[in-house]
Amino acid sequence: MHLGIFLEQVPDGNLAWWQMLASGLGWTLATAFFAWIMAFVLGSIVGVVRTTDNCWAVRVGNAYVELFRNIPLIVQFFIWYFVVPGLVLTVKRWVVTLDPTQHQFVTAVICLGFFTSARIAEQVRSGIQSLSSGQRYAGYALGLTQTQTYRYILLPMAYRIIIPPLTSEIMNLIKNTAVAYSIGLVELFFRTREMAEMTFRYFDAFTAATVIYVAIALTANRVMALIERRLAVPGYITGGK
Amino acid sequence: MIGDLDFEVIGRSLPYLLKGLQYTVQLTAVAALGGTFFGTLLAMARLSSFRPASLSAAGYVNLMRSIPLLLVIFWFYFLAPVIVQSIMGWERPPRIGAARSAYITFIMFEAAYFCEIMRAGIHSIPKGQVGAAFALGLNYWQAMKLVILPQAFRNMLPVLLTQTIVLFQDVSLVSLLNVTDFVGASVKIAQRDSRVVEMYAFVAVVYFILCYSLSTLVKQLQRRIAIIH
Repeated sequence: MHLGIFLEQVPDGNLAWWQMLASGLGWTLATAFFAWIMAFVLGSIVGVVRTTDNCWAVRVGNAYVELFRNIPLIVQFFIWYFVVPGLVLTVKRWVVTLDPTQHQFVTAVICLGFFTSARIAEQVRSGIQSLSSGQRYAGYALGLTQTQTYRYILLPMAYRIIIPPLTSEIMNLIKNTAVAYSIGLVELFFRTREMAEMTFRYFDAFTAATVIYVAIALTANRVMALIERRLAVPGYITGGK
Repeated sequence: MIGDLDFEVIGRSLPYLLKGLQYTVQLTAVAALGGTFFGTLLAMARLSSFRPASLSAAGYVNLMRSIPLLLVIFWFYFLAPVIVQSIMGWERPPRIGAARSAYITFIMFEAAYFCEIMRAGIHSIPKGQVGAAFALGLNYWQAMKLVILPQAFRNMLPVLLTQTIVLFQDVSLVSLLNVTDFVGASVKIAQRDSRVVEMYAFVAVVYFILCYSLSTLVKQLQRRIAIIH
């Protein structure tokens, strides 16, 4: 392995290969960041809805989760990228005003946001259901409304309990951004592939990408472990002290 | 807009799509069986008291789980000929092709995930059983084969099957190596006939129906086979 290759210039530009990979990493992290915010908000709403006692809301919530869990991610990318603009005229009109990179980025964020939200919804639901029902009734007995019970009692507990599974969802999300390569988003995997094809240095390019992805995974893992320790609920299995 | 749609393209290309689906199912089945086999070996290595074995198994599993599947697919596509060459002791790397290297990829990749499931399965067996097996005079391999693993498999069967459904979906990524799996076949038809909307909508519906019914079956199975300790 010769590290010199990463300092070499890209044929059609004035950047070196390491800068191309770094820019790819930037797109990967940006996509994951915005998709995570979207997934967290949507997933929390759907997860909460699935624990209420409104049976229609629960059904809609369940259908939402099943929909995004039972279609391969790459097909979901194709749906958001090709099918939705093809069927909905307003989307099509808007999409043609975007430049391709913007279009790919927005699609990737929306697609990964919905995909991940279904998985977060599942975690939030199981977090809330893992609490003893006494907590909910205690809230009602104190005169809190359902909204208040969720806001002040159930959710603060549930979120703290599900930090470990949420950590693995963050890592899955970062790994899943690589699938955005299928619609041409210039994220880390796209740049890796491009470097490999153009320089014929497959081994170096893939090794670099592997090292970067492992470094992200380790960092995410450490950061979340720190948060987990700070927020652990005393007395629970995952809780410290 | 809807008026422009032509769903006949699906009927016309059905044999080709079914061939793609057949490859998807075949790859899923081989990878699930191979992955379970190697995953079980990896789990035994991870749990062994022989440090080099447990450390290298853990390193392999963690590496596989922290990089994107797409990267793994391209790694093996590029490495598979070299690996086969060194195993067989040939002079030149053989030409393997993406469709066949995918089998190696998914067996090796799934082994890491099945390893974690089997490790949980082995952990789910009360320690007393291992002691009892040794007390009966069984050696390590006999105890594993006759006592621990059959129960671990049974306890973990729903999880193994759920992971296999995930695998069934993940296999679609090989289409990015131009392999004609179910998605790959639909991509080719969609581009040839410029029927992108119809093809991808159809593929999504087929996957949804298949995966949803399979996961419903797994849920039923889960209720039936649970061992109550």
